[in-house]
Amino acid sequence: MTKLNRLLSSIGLSAALLSAGASYAGDITGAGATFPYPIYAKWAEAYKSQTGTGMNYQSIGSGGGIKQIQAKTVDFGASDMPLKPEDLEKNGLMQFPAVMGGDVPVYNLNGIGPGELKFTGELLAKIYLGKITKWNDPAIVALNKGVNLPDQDITVIHRSDGSGTTFIWVNYLSKVSPEWKSQVGEGTSVAWPTGTGGKGNEGVASYVQRLNGSIGYVEYAYALQNKMSYGLVKNKDGQFVKPNDDSFKAAAAGAEWDKAPGMYLLLTEQPGKASWPITGATFILMYKTQDKPENAREVLKFFDWAYKNGSKMASDLDYVPMPEKVQNLVRAAWKAQIKDASGNALWK
Amino acid sequence: MLFRNLTRFAAFAVLALLAAIIASLVVGSMPAIHAFGFGFLTSSVWDPVKDEYGALVPIVGTLVTSGIALLIAIPVSFGIAIFLTELSPNWLRRPLGIAVELLAGIPSIIYGMWGLFVFAPLFGDYVEPWINNHIGKLPFIGPFFSGPPMGIGMLTAGIILAIMVIPFIASVMRDVFDVVPAMLKESAYGLGSTTWEVMWNVVLPYTRIGVVGGIMLGLGRALGETMAVTFVIGNANQLNKSLFMPGNSISSALANEFNEAVGTLYTSSLIELGLILFFITFIVLSLARLLLLKMAQREGHGA
Repeated sequence: MTKLNRLLSSIGLSAALLSAGASYAGDITGAGATFPYPIYAKWAEAYKSQTGTGMNYQSIGSGGGIKQIQAKTVDFGASDMPLKPEDLEKNGLMQFPAVMGGDVPVYNLNGIGPGELKFTGELLAKIYLGKITKWNDPAIVALNKGVNLPDQDITVIHRSDGSGTTFIWVNYLSKVSPEWKSQVGEGTSVAWPTGTGGKGNEGVASYVQRLNGSIGYVEYAYALQNKMSYGLVKNKDGQFVKPNDDSFKAAAAGAEWDKAPGMYLLLTEQPGKASWPITGATFILMYKTQDKPENAREVLKFFDWAYKNGSKMASDLDYVPMPEKVQNLVRAAWKAQIKDASGNALWK
Repeated sequence: MLFRNLTRFAAFAVLALLAAIIASLVVGSMPAIHAFGFGFLTSSVWDPVKDEYGALVPIVGTLVTSGIALLIAIPVSFGIAIFLTELSPNWLRRPLGIAVELLAGIPSIIYGMWGLFVFAPLFGDYVEPWINNHIGKLPFIGPFFSGPPMGIGMLTAGIILAIMVIPFIASVMRDVFDVVPAMLKESAYGLGSTTWEVMWNVVLPYTRIGVVGGIMLGLGRALGETMAVTFVIGNANQLNKSLFMPGNSISSALANEFNEAVGTLYTSSLIELGLILFFITFIVLSLARLLLLKMAQREGHGA
């Protein structure tokens, strides 16, 4: 590792030590993505009251989670952006999806309500590229006959911080727009061609709510909680769908997890009539060969419990639980891939 | 002897800490320095996808917002300090002074939230349209003051910064104005000077060093301020003539991106940004020292 990485991991180590001060022996630790933090925290609380084993999760960001697991300061890392199979291989890691969510386009336009505007991926890409700048552009009008679209500038809002929400959004735009793919590309933060950045989902939400004529993207939960106007988006099968539990689940059900090496699968633009096209899962990273098999077994027990008992809690917080089929695939992957130092499978 | 060594150790520990911080920043930013060289300072590209980075936009943003802040804060603080030391009735002096000091103690995140939820909407709805219609039409300075009235952007960030540094500068100015010997002021008044003449020709020259020190303290806070700026600057990596448009500052870029930065070049570019901020602060403080030195010399010649 480079000096820089060593420096960063030592910072991370001291942070982890500080946080571990309050925990008991036998507790498991994880760090990473901020997006799933509320549900991990809720699961951890319920799990502790049932089993006595605590789970400490530090929501330091996906990039931080990847660094922490590489430095082995935590039992598992969490990332909103799955690692590519070759990166997993290189680091001896495996990954599995824990819970799902999705992005929704939100707007603030003369009191046009939720679900009253329709978008296509191509159109969203053009707006975010700065190619379509007026709300009464013929391309928007053609999709939304009967809606009174004003001659007003579109104010584009995006995230200023690196985030999994952004990753899902730009991954979708890259899939539907070759122009976006070649000009901007995908990542947890990108070089936005236009627009203003808000920090966090709450930052984007507050900008959109404040600025008439604005469009932004937030996690589904934020759109619901802030009662924002969201748009319908055309999916791969040509249907305009509403973002909700069912359309997120449909996207996950349509996806072919068993054919994705390393479970590297992005749930954007999935087939299926009811699929919401801007869906994403958040991932857990673990070492395949475990120095601390006891801790690893506890981590697997925790997520097994969360799959079995955590669905209601996830739905309450506007996350979408993984479908049963995917859960079983994940358990099979644990059995096949996670071993202790002498090569025995940890999950039976 | 022991006491002497202890104090010496404490003093050297500060130096060692400073050196260690610089060293780790330099080591951390090495990959970026190798990859981009001096081009890093002049390039306005910031593209994590293609792994290309340049610091021009955040550098300009930091300097411009801090500049706006000082432009507003210095005269206002001067006014506050004059009022508190010379003009205010006695019963008002203490409450006002305490209020100024309380302002200095408010955490910056509170200023950020207030800026985003209270100040920005008012500014965008009422002030910016007016500026657009009146100042925006003037030649030369017009382009700087016209644009969509969003309420967030470089100008808003500068004003929030000004509000944040005013208490610092004002309370230092008041404290140093207070120590001017009454005899000096009374002599000047006795010669028939107005309050303004007394302040400008007697008090200010006498307290020069303290006043510049207070301004530097404020500038230091403005340059490094993170959260409040992040909330209202708009965080877009764009160079715009208009101060209404969103921009970015060094500290805000760091706060936004460090968490999720993956890859050696990305992290090291962010660390190099930190190094640049360090140098900017260092240069500003050195210039201030130099200024004071020059003023002292000139005075020496005059006497």
